[in-house]
Amino acid sequence: MTATQDRPTAEIGRDRRRKEDQRLITGRTRWTDNIALPGMLHLAMVRSPFAHATITGIDTEAAAGAPDVVAVVTGRDLADVQGSIPTAWNITTDQKSPPHPAMAVDRVAFAGEVVAAVVARSAAAARDAAELVDVDYDEHPAVLDLKKAADDSTLAHPDLGTNKSAFWQFDSAGAGTGGSIDEAIEQARSGGILIEREYRQQRLIPAFMEPRSFVCDPNGEQLVLWSATQIPHITRFFLAAVLGIPESKIRVIAPDVGGGFGGKLQFVPEEIITVLVARRTGKPCKYTETRSESLMAAHHGRDQWQRLTLAADSEGTVTGLKVDLLCDLGAYAGTVGGGVPILGAFMYNAIYKFPAYQFNCTNYYTNKTLTDAYRGAGRPEATFAIERLMDELAAEVGVDPLEIRERNWIGHEEFPFSTVAGLEYDSGNYEAATAKAKESFGYDELRAEQRQRRESGDRVQLGIGISTFTEMCGLAPSRVLGALNYGAGGWEHAQVRMGGTGKVEVVTGASAHGQGHETAFSQIVADRLGVPFEDVEVLHGDTQISTKGYDTYGSRSLVVGGEALVRAADKVIEKAKPIAAHLLEASADDIEFESGRFSVRGTDQGMGLAEIATAVFAAHNLPDGIEPNLDSEATFDPVSFSYPHGTHLCAMEVDTETGEVRMRKYTCVDDIGNIINPLIVAGQVHGGLVQGIAQALWEEAVHDEAGTLVSGSFVDYLLPTSADTISFDIDHTTSPSTTNTLGTKGVGEAGTIASTPAVVNAVVDAVRHLGVTDVQMPCTPERVWRAIHADGAGGSTEGAAMPHFDDAEPGRDSTEGAGA
Amino acid sequence: MVRISLDVDGDHVSDEVEPRMLLVQYLREKLGKTGTVVGCDTSNCGACTVHLDGRSVKSCNVLAVQADGHEVTTIEGLADGDELHPVQEAFRECHGLQCGFCTPGMIMQAIDVLNEHPQPTEEEVRLGLEGNLCRCTGYHNIVKSVLYAAEHSGSTAGAGGAQ
Ligand code: FES
Ligand code: FES
Repeated sequence: MTATQDRPTAEIGRDRRRKEDQRLITGRTRWTDNIALPGMLHLAMVRSPFAHATITGIDTEAAAGAPDVVAVVTGRDLADVQGSIPTAWNITTDQKSPPHPAMAVDRVAFAGEVVAAVVARSAAAARDAAELVDVDYDEHPAVLDLKKAADDSTLAHPDLGTNKSAFWQFDSAGAGTGGSIDEAIEQARSGGILIEREYRQQRLIPAFMEPRSFVCDPNGEQLVLWSATQIPHITRFFLAAVLGIPESKIRVIAPDVGGGFGGKLQFVPEEIITVLVARRTGKPCKYTETRSESLMAAHHGRDQWQRLTLAADSEGTVTGLKVDLLCDLGAYAGTVGGGVPILGAFMYNAIYKFPAYQFNCTNYYTNKTLTDAYRGAGRPEATFAIERLMDELAAEVGVDPLEIRERNWIGHEEFPFSTVAGLEYDSGNYEAATAKAKESFGYDELRAEQRQRRESGDRVQLGIGISTFTEMCGLAPSRVLGALNYGAGGWEHAQVRMGGTGKVEVVTGASAHGQGHETAFSQIVADRLGVPFEDVEVLHGDTQISTKGYDTYGSRSLVVGGEALVRAADKVIEKAKPIAAHLLEASADDIEFESGRFSVRGTDQGMGLAEIATAVFAAHNLPDGIEPNLDSEATFDPVSFSYPHGTHLCAMEVDTETGEVRMRKYTCVDDIGNIINPLIVAGQVHGGLVQGIAQALWEEAVHDEAGTLVSGSFVDYLLPTSADTISFDIDHTTSPSTTNTLGTKGVGEAGTIASTPAVVNAVVDAVRHLGVTDVQMPCTPERVWRAIHADGAGGSTEGAAMPHFDDAEPGRDSTEGAGA
Repeated sequence: MVRISLDVDGDHVSDEVEPRMLLVQYLREKLGKTGTVVGCDTSNCGACTVHLDGRSVKSCNVLAVQADGHEVTTIEGLADGDELHPVQEAFRECHGLQCGFCTPGMIMQAIDVLNEHPQPTEEEVRLGLEGNLCRCTGYHNIVKSVLYAAEHSGSTAGAGGAQ
C-alpha cells in the first residue's frame, strides 16, 4: 500500500507537497472574514461582564441612535425565535440541562455571554455603538470552583435545583470485561501496592489562530451561511432543526478555515444570532469575533479533577484501576461537551492489560465558559493519568519506568486484544515502537548523564519522561456512538466523479481546516484509479457540493473518510469494467485493471480509464442497458475504532534553584498504521506535540473570584512561541490497522495526547530524588520551585496537602497552596 | 478624513481615510488585500505582519495615515506572477504551514529575519519569529522552512521581498 522500491510511482506513502499551499502562501485565501456581500451589515456583540446575574433592564436607545446603526437586538427581541441551542451528546437519559438561549433573555450564566447585538453598516460602527448599550444587572453568587459545584451550596442555574448534569459509570465487573475493582484494591491493601493520586487537568483554550467568523445571506432560494467551522454538515442539521426549515433550504459553506483543534466543533450562539439577525433584517450579516471575545466565549477544553486509585502486586503488575472524575461543563451543555470525559473512559487502561477497572464521572455546571472538545478530547486526560501513575508505580517498586511498562503492556503477539474497558484493539506493537524510540533518544546515555548529575549535586538536574500511549481514532462506528447516547452517527461519505476528459472530481464529507485533505485524498484516489495526482480535484466544506458528511474531528477524516473514498473509487472501476470489455471486444471475466489501465488478460490490448471516461461521455457505443455514467459514491461506517500508539521520550532540564524547566530533547515513535503522506503526518505530529507540551508547561485559562477570565488575551494566555519550543525527533513503526483497507489509524491528536505526560514525567523525574512526587500543570517555575523547596521530607504537591474530593476547597487555590 | 498616498505592492494608491483606521483595515477593507489577516487585538500574534519600506511591521499596530508616503509590501505582492518568492517556495517545500492563517505574517517576518541574518542559526530564526504565533505547526517546519530558504537562495531570500 505504500510507495516503495517495488512501486516507485505509488502515490500513497509519498512526500507530496500540498495542493492547498499555493493559495495559502500567496494570500489568495478564502477566510470567512474576507467575504463582503453587497449591502452587508455587521454585528457586534454586547457581552455580560458578570458570571451570574439577572438582567434587570437594557437601554438600547443611545446605541440605536448612533451613526450607521441599523438595529439593536436583545434576547427579548429574539425570544420567540431563538429557542434553545441543541446539544448532540446527553450522556445519560436523565441528564439535566439548563435551557441555553443563543442570546440571554433575563439572566446570564457566565462572563462573556451575549446579551445584545448591535447591527450597523460597518464593523467599526457596530463596535462603537455596542459600548453605548446600557445593561442593568443584578449580580448573584457564582459557582466558579468545580469541587464547590459538587455540594450544590451555590447553584449555577437555580431553576435546575442542582449543579450536577449527569453521572456516568463503567465497571468491568458489571460489564463482564474484567474483575471487581473493590477486590483488586482490597488485595493491594494487604501485601500489594496501592497508589492514590489526584490530578488536575487545568482549563485550556483551543486558541485556533483564525477567530470565528460567520456570514449569513438570508435572501435567495436558500439561506447561505459561511462559517469558520469544523462542522458544516452538522451545523446545517442543527440550523434546520432550530429554524424549522428543511435542510435543502440551507447551505453551509466552510471556506478556508484557520485551525480548529476541536474549538470549532460547536454550533454556537454567535452563529445562530448572525443567522437570526440576517433573517430579521433581510440583509446579509457578518460577525467576526475579536481575539478577546474568542478567548472568553469560544469554548474551553479539559477542566477536570481526577482521583485515581491504582492497585498492583508487589512486583508492579497492575491489578486494577479506579477513576473518579469531576468535570466542569461550564455554564451550559455544549455540542459534545458532556461526552468528552466518556471518550476518555475507554482509554485509562491504555496499553496495559490489568484485569479490573472502574470509571465514575460526574459532570457539573459552573458559571464559566463552556468546555467542549479540545484536541484529543478525553483521551489526553486519560493518558496523562495512567502514564503518571505508571511512573509512580515504578518509583514505588524501585525499577526503571520503562521496565514497569513492559511488565504490564499487551504483547504484540496478543493482538487482537479485548481490553478491560470493552474495546478490541486490532493491531499494535508496543515493543517495536519503544525499542526504536529508546535507540534514537539515546536512553541509556541520558540515564547515565542523569545519574552523574545527581551524584555531583548539579544545580541543573536532568529528567527523563516516558509516555507509551494509545488512543482511539475514527470516532465511528455509528452503532457504538449510539450506544454511548451520542446523537449523531460516525459514517463518512464520498463521491468520485469522472469527467469526460478523464479528470477526477472527488467530494468528501470530511471538511478540512488545515490538515491537508486535498493532498492526501488526491493521493488515495490517484493510486486507486491509477490517474495522475494532478488530475484529481478534491472538493469539501460546502453542503451544496458535499451533500452528506460528518466533518472533521477525532482524527476521523482519513480513517473513515479516506476509506469511503477508496470504496467510491473501487465502484468507479467496477462500473468501467463492463464498458472496457465491450470496447475491447472481450469478455468481462478477461478484463484486468491495473495502474489506470484495463487490459485483456494475456494480450497487449487495453485502454486507459480516461479513454473509457471519454467514451462514456460520448455514449455512442456502450453495452446495452448500461447507464452512461461512471460516477459513484460510498458511505463507510467502520466496524471499530482504530488504535494508533507510540512511545514518546522527553528529556527536561530543571534548574533546582529557580524552578525553571527547559526541554532538552524530545523523541517519539508513533505507530499510526500505513502512512499516506509522511510530510503531512510529520506536520501533524509536530503541531500536536507542542499543544500537549503547552498544557504541561504554560497554558492555563484562569478566572478570578468574580468569574472574569484573567487570561483573556494573548498577553496572559501563554501560547508557546518559536523561541519556547525545540525541533523534534520523530519516527514511525507500522502495524497496519485491520479495520480499513488503507490500514491507516489516524494521527491528528497523537502528539497532544502523548506529550503532556511525557513532559510532566520528565519534570518530576528530574527532581524525584529531592523528594518530589508531583508537580501540578502547568509546571511553571514557581510551582516547580515550591515542589522542590516544600517543607518536610515529602516535598510533593500532593498527598496530605491535596484536598480530598469531598473537601470544599477551592481547586485552584488549594493546588497552588499545596506545594507551599 | 485624511488624504494619504502610498505604494502598496508596487501600485500607487491615493485615498481618504479616517484618522483612526489601522493599516491592516485599510489593506483588507479598502484595498481588498485580504491576504493579510487579523488574529488578535493586542499586537501579539503577528498574523498581520507586512513590510513598511522593507522592514516588517504589525499592520494592526500602525495607522493607515502613518503609511502615508511609504511603501507597503503584503503577502500578495511577494510573488512575481507565478514565480514564488524563495521564502514562499521554502514554506511549501518544507510543509511550513497547515491551516495557513499565520502564514502570510510568518513569511513576511521570515523575510525580515533573513534580511538581518542571511545565514541564520536555528536559534536566530526562533528568536526572530517569536512575535508570530502559529497554533498548527509547532514551529518545527516553519523554522526548517526559513533555514531552507537561507540555504537555497543565499541572501536573496530576504532582499527579494523588500521591493
Ligand atoms: S493581528 Fe496584528 S499582531 Fe495580531
Ligand atoms: S498554520 Fe495554522 S496557525 Fe500557523
